[in-house]
Parts: sequence; C-alpha cells; structure tokens
Amino acid sequence: MTPTIAASGLSRRYRDQIALEDVSLAVEPGTVTGLLGRNGAGKTTLMRIITGQEFATRGSVQVFGQQPVENDAVLRRMVFVREEQAYPDFRVRDAIQVASWFYPNWDAALASQLVADFELPLGRRIRKLSRGMRSAVGIVIGLAARAELTLFDEPYAGLDAVARQLFYDRLLGEIAEHPRTVLLSTHLIDEVADLLEQVIMLDHGRVVLAAPADEVRGSAMTVSGPATVVDEFVAGRAVWHRERLGGRSAVTMPGPFDQAARTRARAMHLSLEPLSLQQLLVRASGTADEKVSA
Amino acid sequence: MAALDDGTPLFVQIAEQLADDIVDGVLAEGARVPSTNELAAFYRINPATAAKGINMLVDRAVLEKRRGIGMFVVAGARDQLRASRRRQFAEQYIGPMLAEASRLSIDFDTLMALIKEPTLHNGGSTS
Repeated sequence: MTPTIAASGLSRRYRDQIALEDVSLAVEPGTVTGLLGRNGAGKTTLMRIITGQEFATRGSVQVFGQQPVENDAVLRRMVFVREEQAYPDFRVRDAIQVASWFYPNWDAALASQLVADFELPLGRRIRKLSRGMRSAVGIVIGLAARAELTLFDEPYAGLDAVARQLFYDRLLGEIAEHPRTVLLSTHLIDEVADLLEQVIMLDHGRVVLAAPADEVRGSAMTVSGPATVVDEFVAGRAVWHRERLGGRSAVTMPGPFDQAARTRARAMHLSLEPLSLQQLLVRASGTADEKVSA
Repeated sequence: MAALDDGTPLFVQIAEQLADDIVDGVLAEGARVPSTNELAAFYRINPATAAKGINMLVDRAVLEKRRGIGMFVVAGARDQLRASRRRQFAEQYIGPMLAEASRLSIDFDTLMALIKEPTLHNGGSTS
C-alpha cells in the first residue's frame, strides 16, 4: 500500500539555520501518528512541507503518492489545522461555511455538533474570540472536514483540560467511525500517548525515533534499588542516566525488557518503572550523541 | 488508560482485561464482546490498539468473529483461560511472594501459617 505520507531525505535550511535535516519517514493510511519534539525541533516546518506550503531545500515528499505543492488533487484530500491559525475578518459561521465549500467530505451535522460541544458563538468575529475559542474553531474544521489526511499542529492553544478531553474523545470517535490518517503534533505528550499508533520524534530537525507506539511503551525503564544490586543488573547494558541517593541508585536504560529480564529484576528486589513518552522525549532530546531506538 | 502502567503494551492490557472479565464471568461464554470502537471510547485508546487486543484473544481461540455481528466469547473459553492462568500462577504470584518472604526472613512454616490465616480468606482483607 502506498504510504499516505512518504518523505525521503528532507532537509530545510533558513539561511544558516537548519530546520530539518535528512528526514525520511512513512505514515501509513488510517493510522494516528504523533509528531513529537521540543519547540523548534522542526515539527511545523515538516507539516508545512507535507501540506505544500513550503519547499524542502533537499529531498522529497509525496502525499497520496504525489507531490503536494500546488497540487489541488492532493490538497483537497487533506486538512491542516495550525497553531494560532489566522483567519480573514470572519465570523465563526463564515469560517465554517467557507470550509464546508472547500472540503469534499465535509459533514455539516458533525460541524454543528462540535460547535455546540465547544459552545462556540457562531455570530462572533473570530478575532474577538479568546485563544481557546479560536483553537476550537480550528478543531471543528479539522474534524468536520473528514479529510483523508488530517494534520493538527498544536491544535489546542488556550484550551482547558475539559475542552482538550472533548477534543480527544471526538477525535477518537471520528477515527473509529470514519477512519482517516491523522498526524498530530503536540507538547502534551502524555495526554495523547494512548491515542497514538505511531510515534515520530524530532530533535534539532532530525528524526530521533520513529516506531509503533506499542514498541515505544516500555522500551526504556528506570531500574532502582540498592546501588550494588542495580549495578549488577545493568552490567554490560547500555545506560542513559544514573542517579544516586545514599546507597540507592536509579538507572535509566533502554530495553528490551523481556519476561526474563522482568523476572530477574523481581528476584533481585529491584523496581522497574517504564519511561513515559514524555520522559523518553526528554531523554531523546538535547543529547545528540545518544539515539533512542525502540 | 487508567490501568496499571508496568510498561505492558496497551493492546496486551486490553486483552488481559477482557480475559479477566471472562474468567470472572462478567463476560459469559457465548456473549458478545464490546466492539473495538466501544473499547476505544471506554478506555480512551486508539481503535487499532483495541483491535489488536481483541485479535490476540481471537488467536488464542478465546474469542471468535461472527461475520457481520461482532466478536463473541467461545464456548469453553473460561476453562481454557483458567487452565492457562493456573499454569502461570506459581511464577506470577508464588515466586514473588517467596522472594519477599525471604527478604523479610519469614520462614516457610510462618508463611504457611499466614496463608492459612482465616482473615485473609474473605476478599483478602488484612485489617
């Protein structure tokens, strides 16, 4: 099957600054992929190139097997919801109306439902809305477009926890009933971790991790207990990080942690705690010589 | 997902949860199992992950697909699950218990006395 997104050797430079460096990835149809990384890691640049709004300095990207740039056949099959999306001087109602003309799979009933869910005032001008409300307009359009490829770039600036949960629930409901390919970039990694099938982590413009979420889960652990016992357990294995407090130590290390390793840890009275996606990102970022592999 | 996070893949946790329900009789043999979409919404996980958990139980012949209707608990699934869990019981429960007992210098006779203690036998209340 043709990947929905296939990037090969993508690089993007702004003058002397590297935004993306040799990014290759594939996003399979019907999957939900998290695009994770710190600010400035290159997430937005990558999404802009995928949606044909920006050119790569080197390398290529194909969406639905075609070049996206100025390719109407491709662009109509995708929706891109940006952080702090700018709108013309529209009312909420107008923005939704215009979106409904553009996206062939638009679902008006869903849009109305979402407007009600997020309590959006249809008659108000978008620039008069709060940040969270503006984000909600983007979410309504992104979901109701039912586009084959849906990209959300930090879609929830200003949304509170309740509204974010509403977004996750609606997104889950939508992909269950109307499967589509979703690429979601976010800071709030642990909130979305369970929604993701694939994880792509960028750091300084490079892909440091691209793996199924199932494999990432539990791919690294913190082993803690008496220092001498911990040392015995980790002997001969890669170690990312060590902390010591008195006679105790906690060592963060990459897997694999098969049943035998878990049983051994238990027999040695060591506790094993998996790193969350968020913690993995912290480990994977900023340490250029250490690569995470799931 | 609100389940215990020990690094076990989510789809395995889903499969274990369903297996628990079958062993406990919450899901009777012949009963329809929640759909992947229902599971996804309930546990707030990706539907594909829920589907993987269900397929794990289909592969183990605990669940079966009835075309166009859904997934159902196979006849005999409960006994099958109980048998396989009995096989795992020593490794999962007795082993760790003995390890902790030796750490605390609890000898075998004391341990047996504790196991026989009646207060442990009503839902495990320790008060």
